[in-house]
Amino acid sequence: MNIPTHLRYTKDHEWIASDGTVGITAFAQDALGDVVFVELPEVGRELKAGEAFGVVESVKSVSDLYCPTDGTVAAVNTKLIDQPELVNQDPYGEGWIIRLDPHQSGMELLSAEDYQKETEGA
Amino acid sequence: MKDTPLTSWHRNHGGKLVEFGGYWMPLDYGSIVEEHLAVRQRAGLFDVSHMGEFLVEGVSASPFLDHLLTNPPSRLNVGQALYSPMCLPTGGTVDDLLVYRLDEKKYLLVVNAANIAKDWDWVSQASQHWPLVTLANVSDTTALLALQGPQAQSLLQPLASIDLNTVSYYHFSPQVMIDGVPVLLSRTGYTGEEGFELYLEGNAAPTVWQSLIDRGAIPVGLGARDTLRLEARLPLYGHELSETITPLEAGLGMFVRFKQPGDFIGRGALERQKSEGLQRKLVGLTLVGGIARAGYPVMDAEGHAVGIVTSGTHSPSLKKPIALALVALQQSAIGTPLSVEIRGKMVPAQVVATPFYRRGTHL
Repeated sequence: MNIPTHLRYTKDHEWIASDGTVGITAFAQDALGDVVFVELPEVGRELKAGEAFGVVESVKSVSDLYCPTDGTVAAVNTKLIDQPELVNQDPYGEGWIIRLDPHQSGMELLSAEDYQKETEGA
Repeated sequence: MKDTPLTSWHRNHGGKLVEFGGYWMPLDYGSIVEEHLAVRQRAGLFDVSHMGEFLVEGVSASPFLDHLLTNPPSRLNVGQALYSPMCLPTGGTVDDLLVYRLDEKKYLLVVNAANIAKDWDWVSQASQHWPLVTLANVSDTTALLALQGPQAQSLLQPLASIDLNTVSYYHFSPQVMIDGVPVLLSRTGYTGEEGFELYLEGNAAPTVWQSLIDRGAIPVGLGARDTLRLEARLPLYGHELSETITPLEAGLGMFVRFKQPGDFIGRGALERQKSEGLQRKLVGLTLVGGIARAGYPVMDAEGHAVGIVTSGTHSPSLKKPIALALVALQQSAIGTPLSVEIRGKMVPAQVVATPFYRRGTHL
């Protein structure tokens, strides 16, 4: 499973990059199956670490997205409105979900190595 | 939890196994969308061995089943099958099932996996008044494979001992050799496509399954089975039918034969419902901006609650959200603008004609 070492992770399978970009992991998109709908938050919304900020839906399931850290939504990936499958195809790239303007880190984030251990335990 | 004769095959071939109706069943083998489209465009193979099978035999088998079901099996010819609801005296639905007439005095009932125990009790109880009827539950020894899609027949023909053109829609042949294995083969299915269902001894199922896979059939899980049946507007028990939903409300009036002379369980209540007029009706919805799921509330243009979603998904064929909903009769006309409450938001929806997908539509 692809778990880039330059990212940080939540136990809920989100990743966050140093520039505040947030998405879901390769493990998460594989478990979900075909992503067919992504509900995005409004730009400017204030989020707390651990807060549900959106939803990804596969054919079968509905899953909440949880914010990795406190911050303000600076951008959302509007491409996902018409191409939700980008989350499957390129979860760490074109399939990014939001960009946060982070305040301080409000949540314990995992390294790639620790996240790997989480997924193996799952 | 039980395994089907193919559970280990599914596990070894990337199947995502889930519990369904007491069995470990494959939800998908990687992509529900790809499996769905394989059935619409080519040929998909389903393990549906979790379904239940009962044999009903005896000189009173025909009148007994005419009493038990809303669509009388006695009018079937030997070698023919039908679909029927099975109702409570209240008109609510115990289950919906297929009936095969094996000979003059012998029938096969095929029931939903989740209802096997309940149905067995119900049918056994009802048969108490019919001393010349014997019942057998052969669910555990019977496997069921469904081969569905426009290429199903051309794929199956080279393995079959008969000309498949001799089996018409909702007919069957009781003993066809498929790759040397005897099967009951019917031209039936639950996908809205052409195709066949094969009933066979469980221990022979892996051989036939593998032969069909080797000839190019794509394995398809329960996830795509659900999206396929929903596009074709085929009801799923527990969603469009239940003990509190009558077949008339579910739009299955053509399978409730008031014309038959005898009484059947639920007849009085269903006749009353028909003469008084339905209060609610099952409709198709399309939505813009969200996927409706079972249990979500449906509202009218003024925001009043008028019904509930029974099934909803993203349609892989139409590439948009579709749903079935039970709504107040006044809101059921095609074109009626409604909305579905999704996570607190009102998402616009419209009543549309069903089925959502018709066989042969170019994708």
